[in-house]
Amino acid sequence: MGYDLAMRVWRGDASGGELADYTVPVEEGEVVLDAIHRLQATQTGDLAVRWNCKAGKCGSCSAEINGKPRLMCMTRLSVYDPTEPITVTPLRTFPVVRDLVNDVSYNYRKAAELPAFAPEARQADGTYRMQQEDVERGQEFRKCIECFLCQNVCHVIRDHEDNKAAFAGPRFFLRYAELDMHPLDTNDRRRLAREQAGIGLCNITKCCTEVCPEGIKITDNAIIPMKERVVDRSFDPVVWLGSKIRRRDHRTEPDPPPTTAMAG
Amino acid sequence: MPEVSERHAYDVIVVGAGGAGLRAAIAAHDAGADVAIVCKSLLGKAHTVMAEGGAAAAMGNLYPEDNWQVHFRDTMRGGKMLNHWRMAQLHAQEAPARIHELEEWGALFDRTPDGLISQRDFGGHRYARLAHVGDRTGLELIRTLQQRAVALGIDVYMECTITRLLKDDGHIAGAFGYWRESGRFVVFESPTVILATGGIGKSYKVTSNSWEYTGDGHALALQAGASLVNMEFVQFHPTGMVWPPSVRGILVTESVRGDGGVLRNSQGRRFMFDYIPEFFKAETADSEDEADRWYDDKKTNRRPPELLPRDEVARAINSEVKGGRGSPHGGVFLDIASRRTPEYVQRRLPSMYHQFKELADVDITAEAMEVGPTCHYVMGGVAVAPDTEESSVPGLYAAGEVAGGMHGANRLGGNSLSDLLVFGRRAGLNAAYAVIRMRSRPTVSDADVRAAAEAAVAPFADEGGENPYTVQHDLQDVMHNLVGIIRTSEEMEHALKAISDLRARAARATVEGHRQYNPGWHLALDLHNMLLVSECIARAALERTESRGGHTRDDYPATDQSWGRVNLHCVLDGDEVAVERRPLPVMPDELRALFAE
Repeated sequence: MGYDLAMRVWRGDASGGELADYTVPVEEGEVVLDAIHRLQATQTGDLAVRWNCKAGKCGSCSAEINGKPRLMCMTRLSVYDPTEPITVTPLRTFPVVRDLVNDVSYNYRKAAELPAFAPEARQADGTYRMQQEDVERGQEFRKCIECFLCQNVCHVIRDHEDNKAAFAGPRFFLRYAELDMHPLDTNDRRRLAREQAGIGLCNITKCCTEVCPEGIKITDNAIIPMKERVVDRSFDPVVWLGSKIRRRDHRTEPDPPPTTAMAG
Repeated sequence: MPEVSERHAYDVIVVGAGGAGLRAAIAAHDAGADVAIVCKSLLGKAHTVMAEGGAAAAMGNLYPEDNWQVHFRDTMRGGKMLNHWRMAQLHAQEAPARIHELEEWGALFDRTPDGLISQRDFGGHRYARLAHVGDRTGLELIRTLQQRAVALGIDVYMECTITRLLKDDGHIAGAFGYWRESGRFVVFESPTVILATGGIGKSYKVTSNSWEYTGDGHALALQAGASLVNMEFVQFHPTGMVWPPSVRGILVTESVRGDGGVLRNSQGRRFMFDYIPEFFKAETADSEDEADRWYDDKKTNRRPPELLPRDEVARAINSEVKGGRGSPHGGVFLDIASRRTPEYVQRRLPSMYHQFKELADVDITAEAMEVGPTCHYVMGGVAVAPDTEESSVPGLYAAGEVAGGMHGANRLGGNSLSDLLVFGRRAGLNAAYAVIRMRSRPTVSDADVRAAAEAAVAPFADEGGENPYTVQHDLQDVMHNLVGIIRTSEEMEHALKAISDLRARAARATVEGHRQYNPGWHLALDLHNMLLVSECIARAALERTESRGGHTRDDYPATDQSWGRVNLHCVLDGDEVAVERRPLPVMPDELRALFAE
C-alpha cells in the first residue's frame, strides 16, 4: 500500500535557500525520516540531515514538519493526508548550517554555564541512600534527550535573537530544577536561575511542554516550581529576614563556571 | 591539493563520545593529561543512549550473596568460555565502584526499599544485578558522563570524523579527520589515541544500531597494524521490533523478559522450553510453574528459558519462524500484557510503552509485541592487553564495543554498560600514564597528512560513478543473507566474493555537491570501514569450523573443544585480510575452581 509522496524540503545554507519540490515513493508504516533517507539515496545524495538512532532516543533529527517542531523519526506519515505535500524545514531558532542541519551550539554553551552537581558526603556505611519517590522528580527531567525542540519553539528566543544571551531556555530550566530537587546536591543555583538563565523571561505559555517528544511536563513540573523557589529566595521578606537571623539554607551559592573554550 | 591548516596538540585523543569514550576522557583528565574528545555525532547522542536494560555490577544490594566471583562465572559461561579471563575478572571486580561513582556525578538510579541502587534480573545473570533507571539506563549513563566531562572543561570536537590514524616509527602520533559541517580537514597531534567508536551494525540490513556504527575504530586499528580478535562473533539480539518497516530492528529490551515477559509462537506455546541446551539445563527451569516462581524466589527455583543468553534465544526464534510458527510479520510474540498489570509495565518499561505506542500503535499493556532477531552487538574488536587496554600498536588503546575479548563468544545483557565504565577508565588512565613516561613525542609527517587528505577527497574526483547509498544497501543485504545468524561455508565464500566486488564499487563511488555537511560524501568514506570490517567477520566466520555463542554454523553445528582454546585474529597483510589462530589466554587455577561445581 505504498504511494508517491510530495515533499517540499528546504535546501540552502547560512547565506540563504529555498524550498525544493520532490516526489518520493513511500510505504505503509513509514516515518518522515524514511522518506528523507529515500530522497538521499535515490535523488539528492547531498541532502544534509542530522540523524542517528531513528527511535526517538538520541534527539538528533529535530526539524519543523509542516511548521511544527518534531522529531523526523517519530513522525508517522500516516498522520498526514497522502495527497498533500509534507514540508520539512530546519529549526527556525538556530542558525542554519545546511539544508535541515542547524548550528545548535547555543545549547552547549548554555550547558557549560550551569554549575555542576556537588553532592554531600556519603553516609558512614559508604552509601548514598535516596528513596524512589525522592528521585522520581529528577528522573522525569533526566528523560530529556536534548532534542532542543523546546529551545527552538520558545518564543523568548525564537522571536527575539537578542534574548539569547540572557536566556538559557526550557531544557536548562529542567536542569536547574532537577539539581535543586536532587536529594544530594549542595549547590543553591536559584540566584543564577534568575540572573544568568533568565527564568523570569518565561511567561509560561507552555509551548515547550507541547513539543517535548518525551512528554516531560516542563512548565508545570520544572519551570513553575523553580520560579517559586527563586521568588522565595529573592522576594519573600520573611525568608529574607530568616536568612539574616539564622542561616536555614546550608547550601552554597556557586559562581558560574569559568567559560571554557568548547571547540567546534 | 586540499589544504590542511588546522592542527591541535594533546596528550590523549579519545575517538568516540559514548560511555567508554567519555569515561576514558574523564580518567585521562583526572590523571593530569591534556585530553580531547573527537566524536562524529553531537555530544550526548552516541549510541550509548539506546541502551535500555541496565549496567551489570555485583553490588549485592538485593542479593547479598552476589559477588564478583559469581558475576565473573556468569560472564565466562555466557561467553562460552572464550572470553579473555582477565578482562572478565577486572570487569566483575571493578564494575560496582564504577556504578557508585556515577552517583557522585549526579546519576539518579531507581532505588531499593532501603534507598540503595536497585538491581534487576537479566539473561544469564544468576542474581539480579543490573543497576537501572526505568528502561533508559544508557541515556542516564551518557548524560551523567557528559555532564561530568563538561564540568571538568574537557575539550570536545563534535561532528568531526577521524579517517586515518597517523604514526611515527611504529608509534601513534595522531589522527586525521574532517569537520562534517565544513568539510575542512583537521589534524590532531597526540602520542596516544583511545578508540571508543562502538560497533558495526550498519553493515547489516536489520540492526538496532544507529547511524554511527560503521566500524570506524575497527578499520582504523586494523589499518594502523593492530589485530581484531573474535570478529566471527556478532550478537543478534533476539528481540528487535519487526513491524512496521520504519522500526524494523529497533531494540526491545531484554528487561521485558527480565520483568516477566514470555515468548510465544503462533500456537501460543512458550517455545523456549523446547530449546534449553545441555550447557544451561542445570540452571534453567523445566516447567512454567517453576519459571513463574523464580521472579520472587531465586533460591529454590531456576530462571525461565526466556532468560537464556541471547544467542540461544535468537536461534530459537529463528527456528520457530523458519518452522512456520512465527507471527504475521515474521517474528514471534513477546507477551507481558497477560503477565503483569498495566501499572507495573508502565512504571518498569516506560520507554518500551512509549516506543510501541508511538511507532507501531501497539499498547504493550494490552497486547503482545512482534519481535525477531536483530544485529545488535559485535563481541569482536581490537585485541588489547587486558589491564591497560593498549593494542599491539604502541600508543593505540581501545575500550568499549570496539575492543574485543571481554565478552568471548556471546555478551550477557547489562555487561556492556559496565564494560564501558571499567575499561574506559583503564584506557584513559593508562594512556595518561604512558604519556607521562614518554621521553620524546612522536611527530606527524606532512606526507602522511597529504596522503590522508587526498584519499578523503577522492569521491569528488569523478562524476557518474557508483552511488554510495546503493553500495551500502547491497552490503547490508549480503551480510544479512550470507553472514547472519546461521552460517554455511558456501554462503560465506559467496559473501567474500560479493564483498570484494563491493570494495571495487566503493572505490569508484562518486558524490555530487561539495564538502559542506554532505552525507553522501561521509558515507562514501565510511563505506571503506564497513567493507573492511565485513570482510573480517566473513573470513573469521569461515575459519571457525564449530558453533559457539553468537557464531552458528549449519555445517558444523557442534561445539568443538579444541576450538575452545583458540582465538582468531584478523590482521591486514598489505591490502588483504589474513586470519591467524592464536591460543586463548589460559585462566589461572584459582579462577578455574569457580567452574568446578
